[in-house]
Amino acid sequence: MRLPVSAKESFVEFAGVQKTYDGEVLVVKDLSLRIRRGEFLTLLGPSGSGKTTTLMMLAGFETPTAGDIMLDGNRIDALPPEKRNIGMVFQNYALFPHMSVAQNVGYPLKVRGVSKAETAERVVKALDMVELGSFAARMPGQLSGGQQQRVALARALVFEPKLVLMDEPLGALDKQLREHMQMEIRHLHERLGITVVYVTHDQSEALTMSDRVAVFNAGIIQQVAPPSELYESPANSFVAQFIGENNRLPGRIEAANGTLCSVVLGSGEVVSATLTSAAGVGQNCLLSIRPERVKIAPPDGAVDNRFEAEIAEVIYLGDHVRVRCRLDGGSEVVVKVSNVEDRPVLDIGSRIPLGWRAQDCRALDAA
Amino acid sequence: MAVAALEGDAGPGVDRTSLKTKLRRAERLNRARSFSLVAPLLLFVLAVFALPIGLMLVRSVENTEVRDSLPRTMVALESWDGTATPGEGVFAAFAEDLVQTQKDRTTALVGKRINYEVPGARSRFLKAGRLIDAGGGGPWKDKFLANDAEWGSVDFWAIMKRAGGVMTPYYLLTSLDLRQDATGAVSWNFADQSIFLEIFYRTIWISFMVTLATLILGYPVAHLLAILPPKHANMLMILVLLPFTTSILVRTTAWIVLLQSNGVLNDALLALNITTERVQLIFNRFGTVLAMTHIQLPFTILPIYSVMKSIPASHLRAARSLGAGPLTAFVSVYMPQTLPGVGAGCLLTFILSLGYYITPALVGGPQDQMVSYFVALYTNREMNWGQASALGAILLLITLVLYAVFNRLVGIDKVKLG
Repeated sequence: MRLPVSAKESFVEFAGVQKTYDGEVLVVKDLSLRIRRGEFLTLLGPSGSGKTTTLMMLAGFETPTAGDIMLDGNRIDALPPEKRNIGMVFQNYALFPHMSVAQNVGYPLKVRGVSKAETAERVVKALDMVELGSFAARMPGQLSGGQQQRVALARALVFEPKLVLMDEPLGALDKQLREHMQMEIRHLHERLGITVVYVTHDQSEALTMSDRVAVFNAGIIQQVAPPSELYESPANSFVAQFIGENNRLPGRIEAANGTLCSVVLGSGEVVSATLTSAAGVGQNCLLSIRPERVKIAPPDGAVDNRFEAEIAEVIYLGDHVRVRCRLDGGSEVVVKVSNVEDRPVLDIGSRIPLGWRAQDCRALDAA
Repeated sequence: MAVAALEGDAGPGVDRTSLKTKLRRAERLNRARSFSLVAPLLLFVLAVFALPIGLMLVRSVENTEVRDSLPRTMVALESWDGTATPGEGVFAAFAEDLVQTQKDRTTALVGKRINYEVPGARSRFLKAGRLIDAGGGGPWKDKFLANDAEWGSVDFWAIMKRAGGVMTPYYLLTSLDLRQDATGAVSWNFADQSIFLEIFYRTIWISFMVTLATLILGYPVAHLLAILPPKHANMLMILVLLPFTTSILVRTTAWIVLLQSNGVLNDALLALNITTERVQLIFNRFGTVLAMTHIQLPFTILPIYSVMKSIPASHLRAARSLGAGPLTAFVSVYMPQTLPGVGAGCLLTFILSLGYYITPALVGGPQDQMVSYFVALYTNREMNWGQASALGAILLLITLVLYAVFNRLVGIDKVKLG
């Protein structure tokens, strides 16, 4: 998984793709990305980061200003959307309100000239797949949001496309339904073996569903990696900030030794951290530490960095407790403490020792 | 806890009824307040819209002239069996009534009313009036018969008797080219008096052509309005609405300037050698439909636009991604969704066109005058308000039927105008 996708493996390829709408600002700057056959790849990023534009170029609704897009070995830049054979699920489902559920799902087959009998059969199959077999005669307006979403899915899958694009398909659903649909889409992907390119701005959704996630910011892919790698080894401070929570301590890399380096914080503390390609010796950097990797009262030898701190705030969140601690040097660190039976006593104002391992602390770019 | 507290508030038994009373009181206050907000407009509409229409409907069947002017004759006719010329009693009563109408100067009025159904009756009445003025006494029957042999006609007196009724179907029947003979049987009117069906047909046909023209011209504009970015759409919207800033009369006159035989368009056609002689572009059906189309365009465009505006762009994209070409996607996904707007715009234009008066009067020929022209004619020139009202009532009926059909097919609640 961690190996880059070779040209042979690639099913979808963006090569040097650029996109500008006004001739001045590049919405997508030099995008190069390969997607494996059968992969679930998520484009993740804040709004305006270029992820949706990328998806629309792949779907054929936008043309790249420069660069090539390849699908299964063929250039598709000049192909209109209807010739690409790509299934697409839209943000607000885009079900046709004047057609019944069955007519909606049958639409791609009808325009392809599939016979009526076969269409009927495949519509039933597709609706059964999303567990809406008994809703065929309803109109979209009579369905709940989650049901509409399933119809949209069935419609995008019924003509058996090799590639399915999803543009924030779960954005309009409430949290519980969204989580349920995430798993359902994930299972459908596994069962059908299709390639899925999924766009979302919700990082937990990206982590839950994807084989790999491409993190977009300002028209550039910041990192493409499986969820675990993205979380554990963010390539730069943007990714570290965007995926999950992290403590950010600004400092300066004084010396490096193999994969480790020593960083001097603004307040004078010296921290041992993991060196990344995002920052070098002598440069300013941002230390990134996940809150759950900071240990309170660590046993001797368990951590590489140990500090005295004062508890500034305690927030009770049920399964865990968030503790805001002020280091003696003035830096603030948030610690997530699991709410287990023997968790330490946390009183505001009391002093505690805390620390973290060098490998849990990454020296990233200062930007 | 929360549920228990809520139930406690509602209280058991006694409290609940007082709660309902309170609620009713609060709602009554709200209703009164909202009614007071609409009351001025409601009264205005009742006074200047509902009431006149009601009066018009009444006038289309009203039949007062004979009743009011010849009351004694009508009483005398009550016992007449209708088989032979009435006896001296009726003629004596008639003479007595005529003395009064001569004094009131209403003889001609009654004569005119009877004249609608019996051609020549007006001059007969005037002649009879002069006979009364000449003085002298009865017996009247022979005097009248000597004055004009037609006074002896059984059919004439049958019609007189009918004309004395409270209501008459005469105007409505005439508006549909029907007539009632002396026995009351309904049949098609005489050919030389059958003009109204043709006028209604013409009115509907012109309205239909105008509606079709505005739809063909307006649909693409509405689509453009709906898909353009706001900056350009606003500009286009101003252009669409621009005609509203000029009066219909001015716009219609402008068409005359453009289209007349010595007008700008004919000059241009000749100068460009497209035509060799001046083309008749106005005072005919072409000019009428053209000018009306121009005036009606915004009325067709706006409802279509507002419906198009509510169709998400993702629908067309979805159709394309599902394999439909641009045209297929437009026809199978976009157009069906615009139908409520198309229906509303066309209905609006069609109904408004039905009532057009000034434009056909100015730019149409004699064969292009619509029902409203004849309503005006009967109101202003012929002073036959019954006929004018009957034409108006039938036009109103056509409109209501259209509305009902539209409501059945599309559903009026699907139409948004804003």
